[in-house]
Amino acid sequence: MSTLAHVFEAAGMSTIALGSIRKQIESTAAPRGLWCDFPLGRPLGKPGDPDFQQRVLKAAFALLDSPEPVITAFDESIPDDGEEMLACPLPPRHDPNAHPAIDEARGLRAAYDRGVEMSKGRIAAGRVVQADDIPAAIEAFIRIAEGTPWDEAGIPGLPMRVSQDVRGYYETAALAMVDHAPPAWAGIRWFLDATETGKILMAARKEMERQEAPQPMWFYLTPGDR
Amino acid sequence: MADSDIKALTENLPPPDFENTAFTTPPPLAEATVAVVTTASLHHPDQEDFDPGDTTYRVLDGKRRDYVLGHWSPNFDDTGYAYDMNTVIPLDRLDELAERGVIGAVSDQHMAYAGNQFDLSTIKMDSGPAGAKWLRDQGVDVVLLTPV
Repeated sequence: MSTLAHVFEAAGMSTIALGSIRKQIESTAAPRGLWCDFPLGRPLGKPGDPDFQQRVLKAAFALLDSPEPVITAFDESIPDDGEEMLACPLPPRHDPNAHPAIDEARGLRAAYDRGVEMSKGRIAAGRVVQADDIPAAIEAFIRIAEGTPWDEAGIPGLPMRVSQDVRGYYETAALAMVDHAPPAWAGIRWFLDATETGKILMAARKEMERQEAPQPMWFYLTPGDR
Repeated sequence: MADSDIKALTENLPPPDFENTAFTTPPPLAEATVAVVTTASLHHPDQEDFDPGDTTYRVLDGKRRDYVLGHWSPNFDDTGYAYDMNTVIPLDRLDELAERGVIGAVSDQHMAYAGNQFDLSTIKMDSGPAGAKWLRDQGVDVVLLTPV
């Protein structure tokens, strides 16, 4: 992002870069940088809180008064304790003959459709796997978790992109069910640790590593510290 | 899994190499046209999605507000953006500032690139300057850059 700041300034525009990682914004020497100690993915800090977002913008635009390059810090941090998980109900078992992850995904479909309407599909499935095909994508990860070679399991696209669609499907459904802005990372923790599909994805990732799949193919199925 | 752990994975990436820090003095904010440029790989549903390593940009129509998150990395929280687009692209907030006369105007067009790039030379030499020229031609004076 700081590369763009340098290029845009050279083209005659003034820039303010919001940065979530202090070392990065300092080392990249953005012409005007505001370090906001907020969770990654939330550069304006608090979803659904216009007053807070306006405070961030006020601090950002204040940097335009500086006669020279400047990097400063926003005066409030938003910590992440690394543990908070979204409290979100999961559907009861419906089809005893289906794998629990498949049954679960099917059971979330109505919530997913509501979530798409609410969020305008901003993180929904559909980049490579449409919502109707999410159960089939999960089946591919089940096969991998059970030992099928990863490149014979029928993943319908690049594994990392498919896993993003599956994650987006679940998080979109969850947002519809809880109807509030969850703390950062609480949604992905819920997906990976509380849902059947999340557990399958983690198991498939581990199996792909064991099968010596190329590192990017399995590593980016989940956040990097998993 | 904690936000601090994810940040630690990326905080030591090598910085871009610029001999000098370019610096443009802005017009008075109350007269400036402001655009948002995000590295969240946002795009309209009818635009091409971003590929891994994609160095091109997408122009975002400020009136549509149907921006899909296309970033490839799993290493950020995306529910905040799903709940409220202003968490990443604060166009509603900029509209409020324009109505109050704090900023001159909100640009009709905004822009998205794909962040998390390891080879920055194309953005530095090609798509970055092209995007800058496009925004400048729209009359943009000030750019707010947002990551994810």
